[in-house]
Parts: sequence; C-alpha cells; structure tokens
Amino acid sequence: MTGYLLEIGQALLALLLAPGLTGLIRWFKARLQGRRGAPPWQPYRDLRKLFGKEVIVSKNASWLFRFAPYVIFSTTVAVTMLVPMIAAPLPFDAIGDLLAVVYLLLLGTFFLALAGLDPGTAFGGMGASREMTVAAIAEPTIALAIFGLAVGAGSTNLGRIVEQTLAHPGAVINPGHLLGFAALFIVMIAETGRMPVDNPSTHLELTMIHEAMILEYSGRYLALIEWAASLKLLIFFALLSNLFLPWGVATTLSPGALGVALIALTAKLAALAITVAVLETRIAKLRLFRVPELLGVSFVLALLSVTSSFLLK
Amino acid sequence: MMALLFIVMVSAYAAGAFGALLIGRGAAGRGAAAIGAAVGSGAALALGCTAVASGQTLALTTTRILPTAGCMVRLDGLGAFFLIIIGLLGLAVASYGFSYSATYEGRYSLRMLGAMLNVALLSLSIQVIADNALTFLIAWEAMSLSAYWMVLTEHDEPDTVRAAVWYIAMTHAGFAALIGMFLLMSGGDPTASFAGMRANAATLSATGRNAIFLLALFGFGTKAGIIPLHVWLPMAHPVAPSHVSALLSGVVIKMGVYGLVRVVLDLLGGGPTWWGGIVLGAGAVSALLGVLYALMEHDLKKLLAYHSVENIGIILIGLGAGMVFQSYGLTTLAALGFIGGLYHTINHAAFKALLFLGAGSVLHATRTRNMEEMGGLIKRMPVTALCFLIGAAAISALPPLNGFASEWIVFQSLLGGYNIPKPEVAVMMPIAVGMLALTSGLAAACFVKAFGVTFLAMPRSHEAENAHEAPFLMRAGMVLLAVACVALGLAPFVVVPALGRIVAELSGMPGIQAQFTLGLSLSSANGFGRMSPMLIGAGVLLLLAFVPLVMLALRVNWKRRTGESWGCGRIGQTPRMEYTATAFAEPLRRVFAELYRPTRELTIDFHPESKYFVQSIEYRSEITPWFEKYVYAPCIWFVRLLAAVMRRMQSGSLPLYLVYVVFALLLLLLSARC
Repeated sequence: MTGYLLEIGQALLALLLAPGLTGLIRWFKARLQGRRGAPPWQPYRDLRKLFGKEVIVSKNASWLFRFAPYVIFSTTVAVTMLVPMIAAPLPFDAIGDLLAVVYLLLLGTFFLALAGLDPGTAFGGMGASREMTVAAIAEPTIALAIFGLAVGAGSTNLGRIVEQTLAHPGAVINPGHLLGFAALFIVMIAETGRMPVDNPSTHLELTMIHEAMILEYSGRYLALIEWAASLKLLIFFALLSNLFLPWGVATTLSPGALGVALIALTAKLAALAITVAVLETRIAKLRLFRVPELLGVSFVLALLSVTSSFLLK
Repeated sequence: MMALLFIVMVSAYAAGAFGALLIGRGAAGRGAAAIGAAVGSGAALALGCTAVASGQTLALTTTRILPTAGCMVRLDGLGAFFLIIIGLLGLAVASYGFSYSATYEGRYSLRMLGAMLNVALLSLSIQVIADNALTFLIAWEAMSLSAYWMVLTEHDEPDTVRAAVWYIAMTHAGFAALIGMFLLMSGGDPTASFAGMRANAATLSATGRNAIFLLALFGFGTKAGIIPLHVWLPMAHPVAPSHVSALLSGVVIKMGVYGLVRVVLDLLGGGPTWWGGIVLGAGAVSALLGVLYALMEHDLKKLLAYHSVENIGIILIGLGAGMVFQSYGLTTLAALGFIGGLYHTINHAAFKALLFLGAGSVLHATRTRNMEEMGGLIKRMPVTALCFLIGAAAISALPPLNGFASEWIVFQSLLGGYNIPKPEVAVMMPIAVGMLALTSGLAAACFVKAFGVTFLAMPRSHEAENAHEAPFLMRAGMVLLAVACVALGLAPFVVVPALGRIVAELSGMPGIQAQFTLGLSLSSANGFGRMSPMLIGAGVLLLLAFVPLVMLALRVNWKRRTGESWGCGRIGQTPRMEYTATAFAEPLRRVFAELYRPTRELTIDFHPESKYFVQSIEYRSEITPWFEKYVYAPCIWFVRLLAAVMRRMQSGSLPLYLVYVVFALLLLLLSARC
C-alpha cells in the first residue's frame, strides 16, 4: 500500500517540480548571458495566468484539437508514474517497462503533431512535420540505449535496472554504460526540444519546431501542453540520472532513505539543468538538416554501447 | 460440432458464389454474395476459435465429400489461428462490401466480384487446413486467380490492367517455386500427406533442405511481398475495390507467412542459423524500405500498401529471430520470437484491413485517392475518422493498441540476443532493434501525415468539402475491426498463451510451455521485461477523466471562443496555405536523399515586367524506383528476348504442330518408362 501511495506521491512531486526545473534553466541561462532573467518560479506564475484565461480555438479545428492537450498531459503523467524518481522498484514497475515509457511518450507526440496540423496553418504543419522527423530519427538510439541498459541489468523494467546498478556499482564505469549515457543525453536534447536541436525561446518561423506546433493553443490548453513539456524534460532528466547514476534512490521505504533520495533527486536534477543551461549558452542552434547528423552520432554511440556490453557480458 | 461448422463454412461460401453468379446485379446479387461470405466467415471464425480454445484437431478424408480423390484436410492449431484471421476479416469485408460495391452498379461486373470474393474466402479457408501438397496447391492457385479477378474489377483503367499483369506474373513465378518445393519435399508424390513429409524431412540431405528453404522463401515471399519481391503489391492493392484491398493486404499476403511457418518451422522443423539470418535480414530490410517508400506516397491506398510491405517485414523479424534462437537451442526465446511474429500477423490483419476500409470510405465520399485533394473530413465523416485514427495509432505501435503489444514482444525477443554464444551473430540483434525502432518511428510520422492531411484542417477540394459519411454497413465493418484492434491490444494475456500452445505444436519446438504471462501483466521469458497494456490503457483513461475534474475543482477558466487561425496578420485563410502531404514528408526526403535520389523539376514563370512577380510555379519531384529499374527491367528484357526466340517455333502451320505433338508424346512415354 505504501508503495502505491509513494508512486502517486512521486508523480505529484514531479508535477510540482517540473515548471521549476524549466524556470531554473531559463534563469541560469539568463545569468550566464549577463541578463538578470525572470526568477526560477516564473513558470508557475505563467501556468496560473494561462489557466485563468479563456481559450480561443480556430474555426478550422476539430474535436481532436481540443482533445489532444488532455492526451498529451495524461500520457506524460502516466509515464511519470513508471519512472523511478525517489524509490525503486515500486509496484507500478510491472505495468510498464522502458519500451512502454518510450511509446507512451510517442503517443503524446503523435497527438501533438496531429493537433499542429488541425488548425490548417502552415506553421502548425511545419512544426508537426519537423517534430515527427526528429522523433522518428531519435527512435533507434532510444531503442539501442534501452538494449544496452537491459543487457547489463537483465531486464527492461526501470526498477530492476536501478536495483541492479545499485547492486553492482562497478558497472557504472564500464564503456557500455558511459556510451549509453552520452547517446541518451543527445536524444534527450532532441526529444525535449532544447538547443542545438530546437530553440525553446524563439518564435522565428525558420527555426522553431515545438513552438510552431502549439502556436494555435491558448488558455488552459496551452497551460496543459507547457506543463507536459516541462514534465517531459523532468522525466528525461530523471531517466538519465537514475538509470545511469542511481545513487541516492531509496530501495527501502524508510523515511530516512526517502529523505536522502529526495535530496539526491533535487541535486541531480539541478546539476543536469545547469549543464543544459551552460550547453545552451555555448552552442549555436543547428540547421534543421544538420540535426540528423547529430542523431546519427548518438546512434553510433548507442550501437557501440550495446556491442561493448555484449563483449563484456 | 467442428465438422458441422466446417460444412456450414464450405457450403455458405459455395452458395454465396453461386448466388452471386446466378442473380448478378442489384441489391439481391450483392446481398447473396455478402450473406454467403458473412455466414461462411462467421462459421470459419467459430471453427477457428473452437479449435484454438479446445486444442482439438479436425481431420476429414475429403474423398468421401468431393469427387477429387487425394485431397486431405486437417485443422490444427496453426491453421485454426489463420482461420480466425480469415473469419474476422471476412465478416468485416462482407458487410462493408455490400454497400461499397453498390457504386459499381451498372459500370462493372458485380457478378464476378461477388462470386470471386466467396471463392477467395473459400480457397483461403481450405488452404490453411490443407494436409497435403495437392490440396494446398489447388487452394493456393484458386486464391491467386480469384484475387486476380477481383483486382481486375475496374478493368477499363490502364493502371488496373498493368497492376493485374504484374500480379499474375509474379504470383505464378512464386507458384512454380512452390510446386518445385513440394515435389522435392515429398519425393515426387503430390498427394503425400504433410505428416509423411514431416517424417521424411529428417532424412533429406542438407542441400535438399537448403533448396527447399530457398524455394519456400521465394515462393511464399512473392505472395507476402518481401523486398525485393514486393513490386506488384503497391500496384495491385490500391487499384482493387477497397474491401478487396482490405482482404488482400489483411489476409492474402498473410498466406505467405502461413506457408513459411508451415513449411520451414513445421514440416522441416527449423534449420541452420543462416536460414533465420536471411529471414531476419529480409524482414528488417522490408520493414525499413517499406515505410520509407510509404512516406513518399500521397496516394492514400498506395501508402497503405507500402505499409503492408513494412508490416510483413516486422512479422519476419519476429520469425527470423525465432529461427536464429532455435538453431542455438534457445527454445524459450525462439518461442517468444514466433509468438511475436504470429501476434503481429493477426494485429496487422486487423488494423490494415481497418485502414483500407477507412480509405475506401474516403474514396467513396471524395472519389479520389490523392491525399492532396482531401482535408477536413473529420467533421464530415466522424465515424470513419475515429476508426481510421484508431487504425493509425495501432499501426504506429502506440499503446495501448494491438500494434504495440506485438512489437513489444518482437523487441523483447530481439533483446534476448545477447544469449547467442557467437558475437558475430549476436550483433545482428541490436542492428535489427535499431531498424525496427526506426521503422516504427517513421510509421508514426507517416500516419501523422496520412491522418492529418486526409482528415484534419480545411478541405482542399470541392469533393472533400461535400463529402458524406459512409453508409451503415460500411461503418459496421470498420467499427468491428476497430473493436478488434482495441481488444487484441488490451488482452495479450489471452492471445499469447493461445499462441504459445500453437507454437509448441510445431515440430522442432518440443516442450515449451507458454510461460509468458502473469495475470494482467505480460511477462517475457525469465521476467526479462514486464508490461501490461490493459493497465496502461486503464491508467491513461483514468487520467484523461481525472485531469478535467481536477481542473473543474480548481476553478480553471472554462470559457471557449472560436476565432480565425492566426496568420501573421494576413486576412483570410485558404486551403492552399495548408501544409501538404509532400511538404510534410520533405524533411525525411532530404534526410534519406541517398536512398530516394529524388529528381526535381522546378519551373517558375515570372511576370515579363519584373522577376519579383511570379505568375506560376510548377514543381515536380519523383523518387528513383530502384527495384523496378535495376532488378525487374533486366528480367523483363530477358523474358522479351527469350520470347522472341521462342516465337520462331510458332509457324502457324498445322503439320508442324502435329510433329510437336508426336515428339511431346514420345518424350512423355520415355520419361514414364524410366
């Protein structure tokens, strides 16, 4: 019972933390660029404001446009319940493994891209087309990174992977593990629409991907989508940190262990947020047709990761 | 009970065929064909389910029923599984076809269409329960010819005739390979039973077994549409009437899979590693190239036909991985691969037929297959749109629908690849994983395009603007298949144990228990991965209901206003400003330019006064058809050459032909003596 409560608590915690994470990246980036920047809690204010505004829907749009935000939000929250944040393995571990996580996120992307096409504007279609291109090309890397992790841990279930890595800490420094981390890091950048793949703070038609798709959204719909997007970022951060560097994750449900886990999680998320912020200030955005090359690099890294874990097996 | 169902099935199909032939046109003729097909399919479905559920087999000595001596039928688990597929699709197709073929009234022959639909279903049903080579081959040829006839329904279109010629030529090349294969396997006796072949298989030489395998791969591969034997498929499936396309893509190409499983896994009992490697490689290449070519199509039905090539590839990845594992004695993993492949077979049948029926409804309403002339249909055809959306999500392997369940199992079997002792073989598995993942990602992109451009946004043509929802019976056929997609996805804990028993029945797969389920959760061998589509589905649905409730409780602003799409300040929006299917696929065309080698033609007419005023732009782009150009064109050239040589024999003089007859007779007599 505690397990189930913890599972739900974990998801609520992620929901609460997610906007702050996005805000932290923005704030730190502003500081690095010599601007004062909005405080890290600005996204909470944005969400509150958006939830209070009325919604304007294009007259060309169908029910799918109004339904999609709920699908995107629900699938992202569902994924949050499957990802180990502060404790592992939890009872929901048997409901979905890493493959289920990946395909649930793809379900959200699928609806987001359809919603981009629905109002019939050129921007929406452009965003949808680019988003699906990037998502499709990122897919093999994700699958191979899963493969590498699963071979090492003997399971595709996230809880088991965390448990196994904790039990064999030496595995963390083997080349397969490190290469897998690098591959998944690149994919994380592509999937969550960060630089150098997509620029989350631009509305320039030549470069935008994610923002182009959601251009027609407003009010509570936009709030749900923005919230889901920052939640997705948090999920990828949690996956990167807890699958590859699982220290701190509680394996018992004692309050002490959970407290440590909570602190560890916050520290890891903050560290990754700062890394992303530094990267975004140092790197220029790639041209869209150079993105496949970047993802190609990540694919090769993932393939090397799997091959080396085969040879070391 | 089972014998009774069998008799009902055969007689209903036969009655349907004769009824359609006798009555011909009109609602009565279409009704006779539809009722015959529906009753027969219902009986086939019941028969298949009974056999799978009870584990019983049904053997009939048909010498007592039919005047043709030497026919044998025996229904076992594998046959029953395919009988379920035939029955399920037959029901949907019969209901749909009744309304759909009404548009052909007075233009094309409904007599032949109705009769051939029943003949095709009958021959399919007989084929999966055939127990010797003769019965199998007769049913195979009957199926091929009836399909040919149905493809030719719209016989006055040049495209149709061309497609039908390709189809009949390819299918007969395959048929010749199959005859050779059966003769090799049975030692020259076409009436030898499958049981005899099974016993005989171990005594064959390695060369003989390899030859049988390669012939089977060629023969069944042409039917299944494995790349590079696929060229006829994207031509023939789109030009057939849509309910026939559903049957062709859903069931007929699956007979290639059935044949391959029956011959290679059952009769031969598996083989060396390279057999599995070839099947796995062919599967991975078919899957990836199939979806890449599908992306470039904007003919809705042709796009779906290329996706059939892709999904046959996924099925073969599962079967091929299973064969590789089997050759290393990893029977549990092998069973997982076979189960994944067979599961994807029934799933693909359900969602591909659903998508073809949906495309048929769109074609019925707009009279075009060109996606660039559609749009906005979700408002005019809500049921069709919802059904098509379910099919699109299922084929993109999105949870909790059926495509996800089977692809998950195929992935799980490939992930077991590290158990293979030889690293050079084991490394095939991660590459297959990468190709499969890329395939499913691209499939999702392709179906965003297909659904988005066809059903969403503003109508792009007058026809799309005045589209109408499909009639009741057509909707019924689609809804049946949509329900099947959801049910097959949510209940792998019913399907997988049944498939486990079927796989365990195959010879060469001894002593495998169906150990892949744990209650609601689907668990792969040794608990390597666990997942429950039903609970995932329930969770997402709960959240979908819960999120608006929480928002209501928190007093979120619930007002909604309808306005114009935002367009950077321009006034008014026309459909010409929308993103087109070609534009949607353009980034991927650039990414995979090495494969497509697109040729581009851009003609811009400027205003004579100034080049800043463009009068018209014409853009034409085509991708290189590699296989047609470099594989088939030389073949056709060679056949033409041979035909020119052979023509010299045809002098037209009667005495010369009599001489030929005498020589042929002498040769026959001589060969019979020795």
